[in-house]
Amino acid sequence: MDALLLSRVQFGFVITFHVLFPAFTIGLSSFLAFLEWRWLRTHLPVWRELYFFWQKIFAVSFGMGVVSGIVMAFQFGTNWPGLSRVAGSVIGPLLSYEVLTAFFLEASFLGVMMFGWGRISERLHFFATCMVALGTLFSTFWILASNSWLHTPAGFQVIDGVVHPVNWWRVVFNPSFPYRLTHMALGSFITTCFVVGAIGAWYLRGVHRDAGLRLLKLAVAFAAIILPIQIFVGDQHGLNTLEHQPMKIAAIEAHWHSEGEGKGVPLVLFTLPNAAQERNDHEIAIPRLGSLILTHSLNGEIAPLTSVPAQDRPPVTPVFFAFRIMVGLGTLMLVLAWVSVFAWWRGKLLQWRWLPAVWRWMLPAGFIALVSGWFVTEMGRQPYAVYGVLRTADAVGPQSALMTAISLAVYVAGYAFVFGWGIWYLVKIVKKGPQPYDEGPSLAHGERTPARPLSAADESIEETK
Amino acid sequence: MMDLSTVLPVVWFGVIGFGVLMYVVLDGFVLGIGILAPLRQDEAQLDLMMNTAAPIWDGNETWLVLGGAALMAAFPVAYAVVLSSLYLPVLLMVMALVFRGVAFEFRFKAHRSRRLWSNAFAAGSILAAFSQGVILGALVKGLPIADGVYVGGAWGWFSPFSMLTGAALVFGYALLGSTWLILKTEGHAQALARQLTRPLAVVVLVFMGLVSAWLPSLDSRVMARWFAGDAFLWLLPVPLLVLGVSAALWSAAMSARSDLLPFLLAMALFVLGFAGLVLGMWPYLVPPTYTIWQAAAPESSLVFTMVGLAVLLPLVLGYTVWSYRVFRGKITAESGYH
Ligand code: HDD
Ligand code: HEM
Ligand code: HEM
Repeated sequence: MDALLLSRVQFGFVITFHVLFPAFTIGLSSFLAFLEWRWLRTHLPVWRELYFFWQKIFAVSFGMGVVSGIVMAFQFGTNWPGLSRVAGSVIGPLLSYEVLTAFFLEASFLGVMMFGWGRISERLHFFATCMVALGTLFSTFWILASNSWLHTPAGFQVIDGVVHPVNWWRVVFNPSFPYRLTHMALGSFITTCFVVGAIGAWYLRGVHRDAGLRLLKLAVAFAAIILPIQIFVGDQHGLNTLEHQPMKIAAIEAHWHSEGEGKGVPLVLFTLPNAAQERNDHEIAIPRLGSLILTHSLNGEIAPLTSVPAQDRPPVTPVFFAFRIMVGLGTLMLVLAWVSVFAWWRGKLLQWRWLPAVWRWMLPAGFIALVSGWFVTEMGRQPYAVYGVLRTADAVGPQSALMTAISLAVYVAGYAFVFGWGIWYLVKIVKKGPQPYDEGPSLAHGERTPARPLSAADESIEETK
Repeated sequence: MMDLSTVLPVVWFGVIGFGVLMYVVLDGFVLGIGILAPLRQDEAQLDLMMNTAAPIWDGNETWLVLGGAALMAAFPVAYAVVLSSLYLPVLLMVMALVFRGVAFEFRFKAHRSRRLWSNAFAAGSILAAFSQGVILGALVKGLPIADGVYVGGAWGWFSPFSMLTGAALVFGYALLGSTWLILKTEGHAQALARQLTRPLAVVVLVFMGLVSAWLPSLDSRVMARWFAGDAFLWLLPVPLLVLGVSAALWSAAMSARSDLLPFLLAMALFVLGFAGLVLGMWPYLVPPTYTIWQAAAPESSLVFTMVGLAVLLPLVLGYTVWSYRVFRGKITAESGYH
């Protein structure tokens, strides 16, 4: 493999790893704000217990998000100096705004949120939680502005091979940005929602039944409302892409050749795309349905892959399958949410035993859909790093293949180690469940339970079964 | 009137210098805690040492991210060429920071695996400090660049000089860490920190002397100005101040009068060393290839980011100070235990 391919694999690996955590913490921080708000309003102990329970999970996930983010901030320089030289004038300022509006806000208020309970008023503490949540959303805003600009660049001129921004409003609010931002933000909320629901469903079997039912119902209600919105936004996003990156849509649909005048575009349900011979093997397709979805008419045309030279096409197979995984999971989540609402309405939420079981199985569904979505987007942008402006091959740096292989191996090994332990601790926290009288960690004695009349002795998580 | 394209890069040079300095002193003392971790008397003492930084370390590290992002925004050419040249040291630094960072979250959740994360914290901190020193040294020494692309191969950053600066920074951060612990702890932990401060101060001073003596012989022409004409007289106050501050630190380390003073003096030492280097590099950002004007981004990027910085940085500094105030005072082992 050459340095270019290895660099692409490395970038894909480290950012996929990174985004797993933000995807979860963007939703979870808002959920924490919701829980603390319920506590402030009702002062029912269960809300406080739930708050501090999820706060522990948040802290571990956020920590992994932060450290893997530090890696990201240097990838553009170490592996893609060509991209930085040509488009650093756009990515750099947007990333700087992200640091100034989001990262400092999250980091500073996170400390207060984690360790400030008892040192400041409850209202001020709630304010800190809200600032962390707001920070994650600001973060989403700026990083997606820069990413969207790579897909649909606007508001600039190229002078001497370097991008000179002329209209910052158009740079930030580039054509695909509104769709991408909404789709990603909703995707994060969905990801968190299915984790919350799965853990709630799991608690139905043990001592945390009450808390479990509360969590499951919250997740069901939220999922039932948000999934149709996400599917609608996804559809609109696709139409926007058809306008700006037609080859990405052609790859998503594995659409190699025009069917001929007036025959429309089929919807390919399954196939093994064959790039060498520019056709689909073992295709199962529904005639004209593709046209209906993409052009809202039965014989609308979209540009086929063969309308551009082979070196200008994205890889078809991964884009095709990743898209189907995302849409398949989205549909499955919608069905589950609506069936659950129906069961709840009929008072059968707990009677239908298989229903909580399915919720448990769906714990990773959000993560998988979200990462698949990114694979569609990013591989579909190839062979460009900045669509139509800079080819990925011209963005890569002078590092040798060997060096890139070494760094990739270091990241894979290091992340596997850290991630393995992180999951282990998360499982421990979940097994222990919400604790009465929990007031979060204290600086005076680490993570142990505060000395209180009824609390168990200070114990670390590993000691409990 | 000077035109914008002359002035803006100068302002940005100052901004990035400020960001890097903030990072060095703020994360410096947190890394310092980790560098000192192997000297702890028991795990409870390390709990205490880490708790002095637990609520704020993330904010401190964020200055590094600001440094990286601002460098890309204002000097994309420098960002591209410096980071791609320093491929391996940067890899080492970020991986070390990964292990150091997760140790904060994992260690308090662990029981049997606690030692593992204590060691990850220590090793991560030492390696991160060392690689940062190496990066600084390689930059100051000068990177082989032709036609805007790095041509030095995998080991172009390696030199006796960059190894020296790597070691120097480890001890420098350790000094920041020990003076921070004097401020934030009491009892045994504080006594240990006091004991370490004097020898560390001496070692740091020796390193500063060695690095300064080496600088004029580097081929990157850094520090050339120090010895051109009568510039030396103008810049003389810097080394004199360093000596004065070191002397004050020597006596403050063991004095019970103020627990804050040693920390302030250690920070002053860093500010002076940094100022000396920056004055010596000027006007090069990537010596001896790019001056700040040659590396600067298009004007519209410089202006757009400057506006955000002017509005947001005071706000950031404001709530950072507030969060330090929430956690002011000593961190004690006993309070709260029953
Ligand atoms: C602001 C920039 C940015 C953001 C937010 C993302 N990406 Fe990206 N991605 C890039 C900027 C980028 C890039 C630097 O521009 C790459 C490297 C080479 C290329 O063509 O695009 C890239 C490539 C790239 C590849 C390799 C594609 C290929 O070479 O075939 C994958 C799999 C991902 N990314 C995955 C992701 C995921 C899972 C993201 C979710 C957060 C993500 N990217 C967000
Ligand atoms: C190449 C792209 C990216 C870079 C350079 C990057 C950089 C970073 C950095 C440096 C941090 C740590 C901040 C700190 O010190 O507190 C971070 C954390 C974070 N990032 Fe990213 N990031 C990227 C992609 C993304 C994406 C795609 C998202 C989501 C939409 C995202 C959302 C977040 C959030 C919410 C955090 C806070 C930590 C957490 O929630 O786990 N980032 N990122
Ligand atoms: C079920 C219906 C869905 C449709 C029709 C749909 C549609 C799309 C399309 C067309 C893209 C590619 C955008 C591009 O051109 O770059 C995309 C990307 C993406 N999708 Fe979906 N999606 C659906 C469900 C989901 C779900 C359930 C999630 C996550 C929980 C999700 C997360 C993402 C993400 C993270 C991206 C990449 C970021 C972006 O480009 O916005 N999608 N989606």
